[in-house]
Amino acid sequence: MRLINQQLSPVAATALKFAPFLVLILAYLLGSSLRLAENPNDKLLPALTSIADAVDLMAFTPDRRSGDYLLWTDTWSSLKRLAAGLGISTALALVIGVCIGILPFFRALLAPFVSFVSMVPPLALLPILFISMGLGETSKIALIVIGVAPIMIRDLAQTVLALPREQIVKAETLSASSWLIALRIVLPQALPRLLGSLRLQLGPAFLFLIAAEAISADSGLGYRIFLVRRYLSMDIIFPYVAWITFLAASADFGIDRFRRWLFPWSQLEAGR
Amino acid sequence: MTALTLRNVWKEYGDQIVIENLSLDIAPRSFVALVGPSGCGKTTLLRLLLGQERATRGTIMLDGAALPDEPGPDRGVVYQRYSVFPHLTVLGNVMLGPELQSARVVGRSFGAARRHLNEAARQMIADVGLAGSEDKYPAQLSGGMQQRLALAQALMMKPRVLLLDEPFGALDPGIRTDIHHLMKRLWDERPMTVVMVTHDLREAFTLGTRVVALGRKRNRPEEADRYGASITNDIDIWPPRVAGARTLFNTEYALGWDDPTVQAVTSGRPDQPPET
Repeated sequence: MRLINQQLSPVAATALKFAPFLVLILAYLLGSSLRLAENPNDKLLPALTSIADAVDLMAFTPDRRSGDYLLWTDTWSSLKRLAAGLGISTALALVIGVCIGILPFFRALLAPFVSFVSMVPPLALLPILFISMGLGETSKIALIVIGVAPIMIRDLAQTVLALPREQIVKAETLSASSWLIALRIVLPQALPRLLGSLRLQLGPAFLFLIAAEAISADSGLGYRIFLVRRYLSMDIIFPYVAWITFLAASADFGIDRFRRWLFPWSQLEAGR
Repeated sequence: MTALTLRNVWKEYGDQIVIENLSLDIAPRSFVALVGPSGCGKTTLLRLLLGQERATRGTIMLDGAALPDEPGPDRGVVYQRYSVFPHLTVLGNVMLGPELQSARVVGRSFGAARRHLNEAARQMIADVGLAGSEDKYPAQLSGGMQQRLALAQALMMKPRVLLLDEPFGALDPGIRTDIHHLMKRLWDERPMTVVMVTHDLREAFTLGTRVVALGRKRNRPEEADRYGASITNDIDIWPPRVAGARTLFNTEYALGWDDPTVQAVTSGRPDQPPET
């Protein structure tokens, strides 16, 4: 039988799903114990016990100086920035993307400009943002928006343009105005794609967030990682990275579930 | 009195002439089948009638007035594909037209108007044989059911002209026969003129009151671009079929014979309607 036709039993499929995670953990444990056996003060791959101590210190012990639980305050300030950045980007993508997609005027005016702007490397703009907007929240949110919004706008405009022309003409024969076509025909069919595009942009958004926090912040997940880096505190960095990954993965999963719940038809269409 | 009048209509795309000096009068309540080889401009002609494209030269009149430059509710359309909206249920699709027409800002009706519309839509859905599927999405319907839905959606607007672009071309023969009977009945019952593009001659002669064949007068490859299509044949069906009147052509059918629910009630197994 060809490999492409291989049928996996549910047990095998589940086992395979977890295997890479297990391999990763085992490889870490092995490497860690080998290094620690050679040098008990090794900081590069700390033992699970010291990682657990670090998690306890960061998440469940109030900071001696400020009295905050650092992991949670860091998470809170990072998520605020991320939500603001992604929220603004999504709103921009929705309005500008739909306009480019259905209105020839806006298509001629903005499509080439947005394509051009989406090629600007956002991290290269970071100094400009910090200088012009200061070191506060604005510049960090602006970096996320500049990095994420142009691509989401292009993606949504493409989605709208890809709607069959027949549908638009049909709506016209049902007496719809441009506004009603946007509202009742285009928008509902663009939203599932917008959520999909949002999922894909979670990774880049975290990248820009951490880059901005690494350079200038007083709290945040990226700030903490780059702060403790100076002390080679791998026991803190590893759980932080795992926590960021977990946050991004649950957002990804959550958005997809939200799409299925809100737009049941989009799943039917995909399955055709 | 004509429903649609085309006078010396030309359609050119750059150097390419697609339709050449075409004149045609279509009587009200007729069912015109446009036939012709692929790429001969049938669909282009339909788009001109729809207002989706404009004639390069010549005039098109609808009920004596110049045709508007863009599609509108007086001309309904059913395509072979993409005629219904995938994000709306069957009921939502059928209600959409009147909702868009009455609520110009939010595009939805509420309260008593909505209940009234809901009732009318359910009646229309039952009329095209989709009763029981009101809450399904188009992706859950078969091809034939989707076309029934597209017809219902278009008919809710009570169009004066219904334009059909190979609407049944993708259906298998059995389903196609069923939907032909439905189409005949709908045309018979409603005050509308139908123009249907088809590549199926049998379908054209089964449904039409008149079959108009389009073709290029010159077809040598080096000339093809500069000579467009015009009418090569114009056949009135005999015995004449008249909408809303019992004639030789439709007397054989009992009322409601194409409705499965009626059939189930009246007899065990309904007789197949004779071929026309």
